[in-house]
Amino acid sequence: MASASEQGGITQSSPGLFDISLIVNGAPQAVRVPARRLLSDCLRHDLRLTGTHVGCEHGVCGACTVLVDGVSVRSCLMLAVTADGARITTVEGLTEPDGTLSAVQQAFADCHGLQCGFCTPGFLTTITAGLAENPDPSPDQAREIIGGNLCRCTGYQNIVQAVLRAAELRREAGLKREAGLTREAGLTPEAGP
Amino acid sequence: MTAMFGEPIARLEDDRLLRGNGAYLDDLGHDALAAAFVRSPHAHARVLGVDVADALDVDGLVAIYTYEDLPGRIAEPLPLLIPHPALTHGRTGYPLASDEVNYVGEPVVMVIARDRYLAEDAAERIMVDYEPLPAVVGVDAALAAEHLVHPDVPGNVAGHLVQSNGDAAAAIAAAPRTLELHLYIERSASTPLEGRGVLARWDTESRRLRIWTSTQTSTGVRAAVAAKLELDLADVDVITPDVGGGFGVKIVHPWPEEVLVPWAARLLRQPVKFTEDRIEHFVASAHERGQRHQVRVGFDDDGRLLGLDVRFWHDNGAYIPYGLIVPIITSTQLLGPYKPGAYRVEFSSLYTNTVIVTPYRGAGRPQGVFVMERTMDAIAAALGLDRTVVRERNFIQPDEMPYDQGLIFQDGRPLIYDSGDYPAVLARLKALAGWDGFEAERAAAAEQGRRLGIGLACYVEGTGVGPYEGAHVVVETSGKVKVATGLTTQGQGHQTVFAQIVADELGVPIGDIEVVTGDTRAFGYAVGTFASRAAVMSGSAVALAARAARAKAIRVAAAALEASPDDLEITGGIVQIKGDPESGIAIGTVAVLSNPLRYAFDEAAQAATQFAGGDIGKPPVADGDEPGIEGREYFSPLRSTFASGMHAVVVETDPLTAEIRIVRYCVVHDCGRLINPRIVEGQIHGGVAQGVGGALYERMAYDETGQLQNASFMDFLMPYVSEVPAGIEIDHLETPSPLNPLGIKGAGEAGVIPGAAVFAAAIEDAEGIAITSMPISPSDLFELRLSRRGDRAV
Repeated sequence: MASASEQGGITQSSPGLFDISLIVNGAPQAVRVPARRLLSDCLRHDLRLTGTHVGCEHGVCGACTVLVDGVSVRSCLMLAVTADGARITTVEGLTEPDGTLSAVQQAFADCHGLQCGFCTPGFLTTITAGLAENPDPSPDQAREIIGGNLCRCTGYQNIVQAVLRAAELRREAGLKREAGLTREAGLTPEAGP
Repeated sequence: MTAMFGEPIARLEDDRLLRGNGAYLDDLGHDALAAAFVRSPHAHARVLGVDVADALDVDGLVAIYTYEDLPGRIAEPLPLLIPHPALTHGRTGYPLASDEVNYVGEPVVMVIARDRYLAEDAAERIMVDYEPLPAVVGVDAALAAEHLVHPDVPGNVAGHLVQSNGDAAAAIAAAPRTLELHLYIERSASTPLEGRGVLARWDTESRRLRIWTSTQTSTGVRAAVAAKLELDLADVDVITPDVGGGFGVKIVHPWPEEVLVPWAARLLRQPVKFTEDRIEHFVASAHERGQRHQVRVGFDDDGRLLGLDVRFWHDNGAYIPYGLIVPIITSTQLLGPYKPGAYRVEFSSLYTNTVIVTPYRGAGRPQGVFVMERTMDAIAAALGLDRTVVRERNFIQPDEMPYDQGLIFQDGRPLIYDSGDYPAVLARLKALAGWDGFEAERAAAAEQGRRLGIGLACYVEGTGVGPYEGAHVVVETSGKVKVATGLTTQGQGHQTVFAQIVADELGVPIGDIEVVTGDTRAFGYAVGTFASRAAVMSGSAVALAARAARAKAIRVAAAALEASPDDLEITGGIVQIKGDPESGIAIGTVAVLSNPLRYAFDEAAQAATQFAGGDIGKPPVADGDEPGIEGREYFSPLRSTFASGMHAVVVETDPLTAEIRIVRYCVVHDCGRLINPRIVEGQIHGGVAQGVGGALYERMAYDETGQLQNASFMDFLMPYVSEVPAGIEIDHLETPSPLNPLGIKGAGEAGVIPGAAVFAAAIEDAEGIAITSMPISPSDLFELRLSRRGDRAV
């Protein structure tokens, strides 16, 4: 993760307010935030990317999971200032450049992997990172990938199916090579071929 | 065109939600002021004073309100939503506490600031002076009544109800065999991933209030807030945005925040938003399930019930805004699929200094089923009979339907089961779970040092309670069909299932149908989403409204085609002479023709203008007719319709650590005709997971002073994927309901209902120790093993 010092430090524009830059879903963003502003609040309320949800504010439910430099991170446990300079992917950035659903998103639709949809963005980002690491999970490994996210609606049955289905869709689309590239480049969609 | 009803189609709502384009409460109103609350840290205390001085210099502070600031009806107690003659001492809280607080989490001060961070800064600096009072925590303390929650409520008893059918005492006294059981269930809670939240905007020019709230009843909130703010209903819109789960807790209304936030928005003439955080949801929303039960049962040597006498004590928390609904449901639904012989049930609903208790998915049924099924297992054990045999002998038979249990149900109507085939459900469950082959399975496992047990539990669930729901269907001139119903959606897939119904009834492609729920601007008359009623109530209303729209379209098209209406059909959005596509008119064109116009605004409209034709001897709109292809209908059934089901679970208990592992979980479910099997199975999956949570993990760990010790997801153990079965085996029976036009029954709650009962049975079977209290953790089981060993030593 890019630290402040690597970026040459964060500018304190006025007392208690800091200017940070983020690359969110491929687009550069400049934001002025108080030091205590959570990354989740910054994404949701400053950048109005409300797909990232907050379910517990203590890092247990996983609804707020985003990818920071390709790694899945609970954005409610990270201060926005510490993400300065980072590449962030939220649920809004998972779709393919042409607007079609990503394999993971499509798999959730195919398998009825969501009901109320509130926890779903955190599952989608978590599984996206999980499949980048393990493109061919067994059912047990699929359960492991989602083992840190809470869902109150689905009993997880169809989410596990969706993980397996997403892996299948990725294989079908011949995405293995692309997955390798995106992992290398930090797993943002625009880093793909 | 293929029928849509019954097809497991993918959901229409998913695309938006998967792209992150859902709009949940806190996704709205970014520029609104934020509300935060100072909440009581004491379970029971007098409020002596509030000192806000330190908070006043917080940057961004807009306003601070205490009880003293509340005017008129807002200063009165919140409504008692469901009064009942047996609820003799109903008490509700104030939007902000006046001179006493009755649970940790009760709101005392509201702070409004530029954002939530600043509002919390100010809230932290507000000093409230309390004089702590003794706290009443748990059923036993409430019953002992050494201290009172409300000084004017003797014995802490909010309400007391007795129902009976026959002379249970005499039947038990005369019975060849009797048993007495003492059974207890702990508190749990709905715990949706999204908490409560409300956003309000007062339009100073039109003098109208608009409220967005994460609710299960937008019309309920509208009526309640209009009454509190002394506004006409017509001046209040309530919109339910996407809701991140409900499971019962969001049927309560108005929450203190739902009154205060709109009031402040009007007063400040600025939008105000409250978003509940997780700890607030634990301590300031609602819980359910805490009940202690005492059962006396008389039966014959074959295990047939002769008399059943149940007394129980229900912990309703600090206030009782939702009335006696939960214990009434327990007291009636515990009978399940059985003929109890003579039956008497008596309960008291007791105040405690804890969070209020209101329905959580299942709503009193998990307790009732636990009581009845533990009783069935105890009878089987006493007689040395197979547990399924005892149940079979007591089942209501299909030819006895409709079956009158001789009691009054939660909707104030007789408890009459409309249809069901319980022997068939049991036969399927035995096959699915491998009941008859289980002893061999157990023996094989035992040889490897593994300890297995199997349990089953049966339930009957009254669903689709009244009084009514309505729906509106309108065909646009584009051919698109707009459907609106007033009840709300929290993930049940209503847009999909209602569209499936309309597609079939109206004969239009499903992709042309758009469904709106929970928006009082689109449909103003509604009750709400609870009691597994949405598909039955709104589904039926939607079907009726679509039929009305279809009849109108046929009538208008018949005139245009100079054909008899009986010769027409609608298929694929085309009205045509049966079997003759050449004759067809698009339904959108029929909508154009149905509305005689003076002004043509496009080519389609030209067809409907006054010079386009028509009989000049008749008025353009005939007497009693109206323009447009629309249907608006209401569905109001005579009684609830009764779904049923049975679950079986095989568990493995670790002989050393007492860990409880689920080997397999089987469900046979009968909710009448299935609109969308995929969605019904999803509902069952989620219910089963909540049943697992309630049986094995979730409890509200109150200490004796009324502090909730586990008010976080770190400590309240909601199941992750690792806690739920890797597969849930499901079989359906479809016994149609005669009480609604689609033959459907509710499915939303069923999965959770037998949870505590079925796990208790399986663990008891594995361990040979009576399980009488749920949930049960490995530590609890370990203690039970130790105490049994102790008993043996004595």
